[in-house]
Amino acid sequence: MVERDLVIVGGGPAGMAAAISAHENGVKDILLLERDQYLGGILNQCVHTGFGVEYFKEVLTGPEYAERFIKKIKEIPEIEVSLKTFVVNLATDKSLTYLLPGKMETLRAKTLIMATGCREKTREMAHIAGTRPAGIFSAGLAQKLINVEGLLPGNKVVIVGSGDIGLIMARRFTLEGAKVKGVIEIENVSSGLVRNVVQCVEDFNIPFYLRHKITRIYGRDRVEKVDVVQVDEKGTEITDSKFEIECDTVLISVGLIPENELIEMAGIVLDEKTNSPVTDEVNKTSIPGLFVCGNSFKVYDIVDTVTRDSLEAGRLAAEYLL
Amino acid sequence: MSKKYDVIIIGGGVVGSAIARELSRHKIEVALFEKEEELAFGVSKSNSGIIHPGTQNPASSLKGKLCVKGNRLTRKIARELELDFKEVGELIVAFSEEELFRLGELKSEAEKLGVPRLKIVGHKWLEKNEPNLNRKAKAALFAPTAGIISPYRLVYGLSENAQKNGVEIHTSAKAVEIDGERGAFEVFTTDGLFESKYIINAAGLFADDVAEMAGVDTFRIKARKGEEFLLDKKWEDLTRHLLFPLPSEKTKGILVIRTADGNPMIGPTAKEIEDKRDLATTDEGFKEVLSGAQKLVPGINGSDIIAYFAGLRPASGDDFIVREEKEVPGFINVAGIQSPGLTAAPAIALMVVGILKKSGLLLKKKKVFQKHRPKKMHLFAIPPSETKKLIKKNAAYGDIVCRCEMVSKGEVSEAIASGARTLDGIKFRTRAQAGRCHGSFCTTRLMKILSEKTEKPLTEITKRGEGSEIIKKDRCDG
Amino acid sequence: MKKRLTCVECPKGCVLSVDIENCMVVDIIGSECPKGKKYAADEIENPVRILTSAVLTEGLSLKMVPVRTDKPVPKNSILKAMEEVKKARISKAVPAGEIIIKNLLNLDVNLISTREVKRV
Repeated sequence: MVERDLVIVGGGPAGMAAAISAHENGVKDILLLERDQYLGGILNQCVHTGFGVEYFKEVLTGPEYAERFIKKIKEIPEIEVSLKTFVVNLATDKSLTYLLPGKMETLRAKTLIMATGCREKTREMAHIAGTRPAGIFSAGLAQKLINVEGLLPGNKVVIVGSGDIGLIMARRFTLEGAKVKGVIEIENVSSGLVRNVVQCVEDFNIPFYLRHKITRIYGRDRVEKVDVVQVDEKGTEITDSKFEIECDTVLISVGLIPENELIEMAGIVLDEKTNSPVTDEVNKTSIPGLFVCGNSFKVYDIVDTVTRDSLEAGRLAAEYLL
Repeated sequence: MSKKYDVIIIGGGVVGSAIARELSRHKIEVALFEKEEELAFGVSKSNSGIIHPGTQNPASSLKGKLCVKGNRLTRKIARELELDFKEVGELIVAFSEEELFRLGELKSEAEKLGVPRLKIVGHKWLEKNEPNLNRKAKAALFAPTAGIISPYRLVYGLSENAQKNGVEIHTSAKAVEIDGERGAFEVFTTDGLFESKYIINAAGLFADDVAEMAGVDTFRIKARKGEEFLLDKKWEDLTRHLLFPLPSEKTKGILVIRTADGNPMIGPTAKEIEDKRDLATTDEGFKEVLSGAQKLVPGINGSDIIAYFAGLRPASGDDFIVREEKEVPGFINVAGIQSPGLTAAPAIALMVVGILKKSGLLLKKKKVFQKHRPKKMHLFAIPPSETKKLIKKNAAYGDIVCRCEMVSKGEVSEAIASGARTLDGIKFRTRAQAGRCHGSFCTTRLMKILSEKTEKPLTEITKRGEGSEIIKKDRCDG
Repeated sequence: MKKRLTCVECPKGCVLSVDIENCMVVDIIGSECPKGKKYAADEIENPVRILTSAVLTEGLSLKMVPVRTDKPVPKNSILKAMEEVKKARISKAVPAGEIIIKNLLNLDVNLISTREVKRV
């Protein structure tokens, strides 16, 4: 079986930082696997600003932040990038199988860094009752549709949860000419950044319902309306507080979960609640030489800290290897 | 001039499809009409996927007889159509002395129907063979012939094979008016006017409306809603068998079900409702199902639920209706096909063939009937060496579209080639979007592939047919 | 007139009470640092935002190219500026940082690309 010194799975901000740092720390053979046709990961669809303030001391958009790392990677011949490459299997001995159009390959990594990012929690995880029509999107999917595909998925939108992606999308829909009819947050404070509450919601006079939740989605073919109810501090519904919002779209922005199904395949134990690898040290796992960084290690608030910790993952990998 | 058939089947669920395939063995012209954009989009899509052994039916019931026969026939069909049938067996679990007594009754009733190899198993057996079952279980009726199958893939297998053997399939074709009598029916549909000697009404929830069009007013269909909840695939081995509580008079109760796709399913509820289009799940349903399932398997957690849906059972009284109507000869009702309809479908199909023969339709077997359907490829259901070959032969199989269920572009294209026209149609055939992320990552790609293959603009791509478009506006359109 | 504002300069989110006369800030209470005072003054007297969005391409490697204004634009011009963004088309390969619309709405700001786009 072919052996490589360092294989990194995931070409988003975490994987790119880890690759660059591993190289800086002396690793000479690095293979970076990315399933999309571009490097950059989710940053490519985050066209808004707010990235880089800590790491670059500049305010950048997602694609600009990504571009700085992509450029660097391209300048390092020891980093081999394989795009449209999808890892389907990972074993405890760090051998992995991956597909790319026309090929299936297996190799063993002496050191492995997993930087597979995270996924969004779904409507189902929030247990919202009702029908299952078209018009229910995760905030990230809506973001991709609008920013990358140029497709507007709704005209009258209700956003469930007030995480940053949800808030950003409230503004994004408004700019595209859609009407955002409310942001519904079960807590008494937004889980997103203050800046986003002000500039994405308040700027456009979008109703912000704190301590509220959606209890039901209506509509057979397409979303028609939702029931909203006020809750107390324990999350219990307050009687007679129910009202309806007519809408054609429900956006779900209720949190993120690390994507760790591959390392689970290799026998690494995941925390049942957070889906992060169970470990005491940042980036490390129960398998020596197998590191996890970025949002697949834990869900970070800002990309700058992802970069910081992933640089450390690259260094750890080099240290293990050399 | 309108096209003339020997038999028109109204309804493209499992019953209509099974009848279509059975009829396609004969030298007759057959057409099937489905009002939705794809087949299996009505009652069949929310079926539990259980191939029942025949227990829990009165010994004198039609549904009981058809179920036992259907269980046998399904195995053959699954082999011929390369479908994923698995005989997993079922346990009807008793928790008290009184329930234990009922088990004995159930057993003798089922034996009268001819259900084979039934056995009452005790506490020890259960501990050994069903480790996650509630320890308080005293005994169970074990029916080893119970199995599981993917309900929609069964429908697609049957209908594609019927089509291959000459049956015409019309989708988005709703019957709106029926005139005439045996030998010369006229069926007005949203897809045009068609003529037929015989009509088979397999219209599920709306079978009463279709019957009324033909002037038959002998039954009404009531919808009984069942809410079902799916657990994460990592619990695939939660149970080894299908687990049932003791049935009540109306329902089989809340079950813990193994499914062909791996995700355990819990449910269903059973609530009679007025609106035949009401597919909403409820908070009450969730609570009822969870507590019912936990009674059987205490280890089940609410947080393991990754998906849920509601289905409607088309019920007319307690038994199936399969008959030619006296007042309108040539009009055959196949109605009230609630549970165990999926299991019984192949037996119903044979019964319908018998009715047609008796009514005077000349049924001569074709010389060549292509009973086999090539296996639908799933990349990871075959040995790695074959996967490798497949990808080498067709690069699209190495292009993963749905990352959670690892479905390739090749499989998606194959699904579209065999009739998928909507995102749900692709999901039912390939499982793309059916995993943990619920399509967050793959929806855009699937839309683009569908748009490209069907030459429809992205704004016309739907979840499950007209009215369920995903996109409101494309920037390209200004 | 009194107005309440939430400072966005840092995650702390100080709630500021601002005293306004003739559209000018005369007093600010609640700020824990000098940044808050400046923020409140700007936000009342001349609120501005960076506009970010995406522009449609014709025949290029990406369907949409992400864009932003190179300087902040007045808050009340955002929606109008957006109309221009929607009308714009990019039909030649551009690197990140290229001007897509010069002097947007005569506001003395340019709309620039934030990602490289190539020919197919």
